[in-house]
Amino acid sequence: MEFTDTIAAISTPVGMGGISIVRVSGDNAFEAMEGIFVRPGGKRFADAAANSLSYGHIVGDKGEIIDEVLVGKMVSPHTYTTQDTAEINCHGGLSAAKSILSLLLEKNVRSAQPGEFTKRAFLGGRIDLSQAEAVGDMISSQTEMFARIAAGQIAGALRERINGITDKILNLLSQLEVTIEYPEYDIPELTENQLLFALKDIGQDIEELGKTYKKGEIARNGLKTAIVGKPNVGKSMLLNRLLNEEKAIVTDIPGTTRDVVDELIVLSGIPVKLMDTAGIRQSSEVVEALGIQRSLAAMETAQLVLFVCEACNPPAEEDREILSKTEGKDRLILLNKCDRGVNGEAMAFFEKYDPILISAKTGEGIDKVEQAIVDFASQGSGETTQCALIVNERHKALIDSAAQSISRAVDALEGGLPGDLIEIDINECRNRLGLITGETADEDLINDIFSKFCLGK
Amino acid sequence: MSEIKIKFEAGKYDAVVVGAGHAGCEAALACARKGKKTLLLTMHLDAVAMMPCNPSIGGTGKGHLVREIDALGGQMGKVIDKTYLQIKTLNTSKGAAVHSLRAQADKARYHDEMKRVIERQENLYLKQEQAVDILTDETGAVVGVETYTGGIYRCRAVVLASGTYLKGRVIIGEALTDSGPNGLTAAHKLSSNLEKLGFTVVRLKTGTPARINKRSIDFSKLIPQYGDKESEAFSFDDDLGDNKKDLPCYLAYTNERTHEVIRANLSRSPLYSGVIEGTGPRYCPSIEDKIVRFADKKRHQLFVEPEGESTDEVYLQGLSSSLPEDIQEKFIRTIEGFENAEVMRSAYAIEYDAIDPRDIYPTLQSKKNPGLFTAGQINGTSGYEEAAAQGIVAGINAAEYIEGKPMLTLTRADGYIGVLIDDIVTKGAPEPYRIMTSRVEYRLLLRQDNADERLMPFGHAHGLISDERYEKMLAKVEAVRREKERLKATTVREGQALESLIAETDCGQVRPGTSLYSLLKRPRVSYESLARLDENRNLTDKAVIKQVEIQIKYEDYIKLQEEQIERFRKTEGKTIPEDFDYNSSKNLRLEARQKLDRYRPLNLGQASRISGVSPADINVLMIELAKAER
Repeated sequence: MEFTDTIAAISTPVGMGGISIVRVSGDNAFEAMEGIFVRPGGKRFADAAANSLSYGHIVGDKGEIIDEVLVGKMVSPHTYTTQDTAEINCHGGLSAAKSILSLLLEKNVRSAQPGEFTKRAFLGGRIDLSQAEAVGDMISSQTEMFARIAAGQIAGALRERINGITDKILNLLSQLEVTIEYPEYDIPELTENQLLFALKDIGQDIEELGKTYKKGEIARNGLKTAIVGKPNVGKSMLLNRLLNEEKAIVTDIPGTTRDVVDELIVLSGIPVKLMDTAGIRQSSEVVEALGIQRSLAAMETAQLVLFVCEACNPPAEEDREILSKTEGKDRLILLNKCDRGVNGEAMAFFEKYDPILISAKTGEGIDKVEQAIVDFASQGSGETTQCALIVNERHKALIDSAAQSISRAVDALEGGLPGDLIEIDINECRNRLGLITGETADEDLINDIFSKFCLGK
Repeated sequence: MSEIKIKFEAGKYDAVVVGAGHAGCEAALACARKGKKTLLLTMHLDAVAMMPCNPSIGGTGKGHLVREIDALGGQMGKVIDKTYLQIKTLNTSKGAAVHSLRAQADKARYHDEMKRVIERQENLYLKQEQAVDILTDETGAVVGVETYTGGIYRCRAVVLASGTYLKGRVIIGEALTDSGPNGLTAAHKLSSNLEKLGFTVVRLKTGTPARINKRSIDFSKLIPQYGDKESEAFSFDDDLGDNKKDLPCYLAYTNERTHEVIRANLSRSPLYSGVIEGTGPRYCPSIEDKIVRFADKKRHQLFVEPEGESTDEVYLQGLSSSLPEDIQEKFIRTIEGFENAEVMRSAYAIEYDAIDPRDIYPTLQSKKNPGLFTAGQINGTSGYEEAAAQGIVAGINAAEYIEGKPMLTLTRADGYIGVLIDDIVTKGAPEPYRIMTSRVEYRLLLRQDNADERLMPFGHAHGLISDERYEKMLAKVEAVRREKERLKATTVREGQALESLIAETDCGQVRPGTSLYSLLKRPRVSYESLARLDENRNLTDKAVIKQVEIQIKYEDYIKLQEEQIERFRKTEGKTIPEDFDYNSSKNLRLEARQKLDRYRPLNLGQASRISGVSPADINVLMIELAKAER
């Protein structure tokens, strides 16, 4: 509803490029930069010339350096949005850009809605409607799955989940309100403990919903898929096969991959983030041991594990170990090197895990792997339309501020403030949640009161 | 009804107010006090400021309205301050935002007092006449009022405050009568003429409980309820002094036998037999409705309230009904203490015509007829205070309209009156509308105790608050500011006084050097309790102390609400051109297009509150508006 408040977003596409850009625009854009952007010699960003690039560091609350950046300063009205705009050029990959964005969100900046910069450009008279719409279309079609999930979420599970929480809030509010509107009727007032209990219950619901933001990763940043296995079973070659290009370094020397390599591929519209990992074995070599540790960590965070073994040799001790380490994770067992023959012992051992026979070298069975990944992800997304997921940064920000309102209410109550004041927080929470579902619910409270209580003359 | 063929010129006025209930009285007084020659028409001079239902003024939300009316320069607060029988503040166990003053009123004296004020008001002429038509010129602008007897009163503005009289129909069980409230004549012709003017006319319903002769009640079986020993007045000008009236009300309960009688006779209730067409208010359900909807409740409360000192009639709050007279008496006599109750007036339901308030602007002026204003029950509201609140706004604006000056529009951020008017003009009133504190978004800022600070600037700007009153208010605000500064600068020292405060209030550890200001924020620490640490204190004005205490204690929340208001004002400030063409905005959904075109909101904020208009529609509208501007 506002034109002048300050918004920010990561403006470069997910997962590509060596540089990411975080764009900040609005009346408060330069001021917001002041606290997080440190230039050499303590120069203020506000003093930087219009249309200039400034070098410096983005720092966290404790002064820790987040990234080395170049920040472009564009002064209203000669900017894309026609408002003051800062563009932070940071290192590629999402993590730096995300950290910078979350720092900004603490500075009276809110995350931009899809297409909002463009909307402002339009409202500011910079571009006409057809251009604005074209940009909007592009933004919304970036990944099919994201669009599908986002649409499904608003229509279905997320709305239901949020409505569940707002129902609890309404119920609480109507109990508080009724004793205010009708102080002389014999309706039991909520005790402080009951109120606290209800608030904490609501807070917990909101927090749990907030946690699903992590799960929304598939849609947002791709299905995190770790390729693991003992050294030299052909993990990197499998990655290359899936990527159709030579990105990971492939050699015959066991332990060549010493770090986790991330790549993003799109299978049937589903973004899949592949993590090639160092082979897992006992190693005395320091660098390799570090790589192995990272492999294990990557395996931990992965939503899907591609466990690669050899089809042509009996299972090794390391295979058994990795098998038990991946227990409980969603995994696909891939028996590689089937072009060299299939070992009976290996088949017998892995049979119950539904293995896929592949040859990364010849490409045999790769289509089956891709299909299995797609099946897994769509089963995951099937699940995501049923159970609520937070996939959108704006939603996440709203959920967080809703949670803050509740914890403020709890603090206030414990500090002895009266219930009708705490309602300000509770209402604020409800409004935040309402902004996610896009529902205004003014009359709901009144309706709720009169459906539950017996009052009046 | 015979048609009057011969009409005559009956006089020239600036404004005519139709109806002398709570809305009409405030409207007429405001208009006359603004120097306009004003005629106040009533169908019955003995029904001026009549209270046909409960004998009380104020209560939750409503108390706020009375204070706001007073701050705008209205009369209601002053009249009740003179005629109350009992007065108390509700919700004192809760925060200051929801403290609400309520008084039991002496109905006859309330009427007498208001009538006398009106009779003595310069520029104001009170007359018993029934208005039957509003006369307009070819542009639709108001030019006069026609009465039942054929009189034509020329005027430039009309305030319609016709209450429940329009096509009034009273229902007691199977008995239906064309009647206004309390056995007074209904008005038939005016509402047909409203349709002619282009208003959408709707049917609403309300009701009132039975009145009992108090000599037939055994009060030893009831629980007396008194008012407050010390109380503020409703009007910021008044001081109730020491010799306060405190007539008791009484609490009684229905029981299983009462419910049995009602259940056994539900088939005779017009509510369930379909005789009643109008929509009744949910907050005012009849006793039969309560028993049906809350079947598991073993008993319901009722409050026995005096109607006045000069009468033995008492009012039974909680027991309104439209059951037949014999059943009413039967179930009332099942109540403990009411075994021999003598019913003096039976409970009744009343149906009446009202307009769809979405046809009027927030100034209460008709969207179609310049110079025509509506206030009170005709706009779909219920309650004396709601009526009076609209009355004063309509009266001020009728005068401003005549002068061609900017009219008064109060927003949701200004006060309860703003909320009330905004609610009805944007959402309509599908059932009789009552103000409630829960409808008010910024209620921590919109308290009854600061209504003067909030609304006197409006009252002063529109000429109803004298310079003297206004300056008195400003002086109070300044005194509050100064005292807050002083408390910030005053710090505590270690010592016995501090220890006794800590022991008494259990407010936790206090470091020497802490300011009294921050100490006052702690739970259980009051301004009074800090006296022992505050040698230089010389403040005695209770109203100032109250403000200081509230503003400091709730400072953080007050800030939060101020930010919310800031956001609110931004969207509210985005005006929509009067001639904006919604139908050519193809991006708006059809329903939104129709609703917006039909009700023509004045700004984006209002548009967003119209039911059937979604936030997505508002976004589209924003874009369309920006396009139109370029």
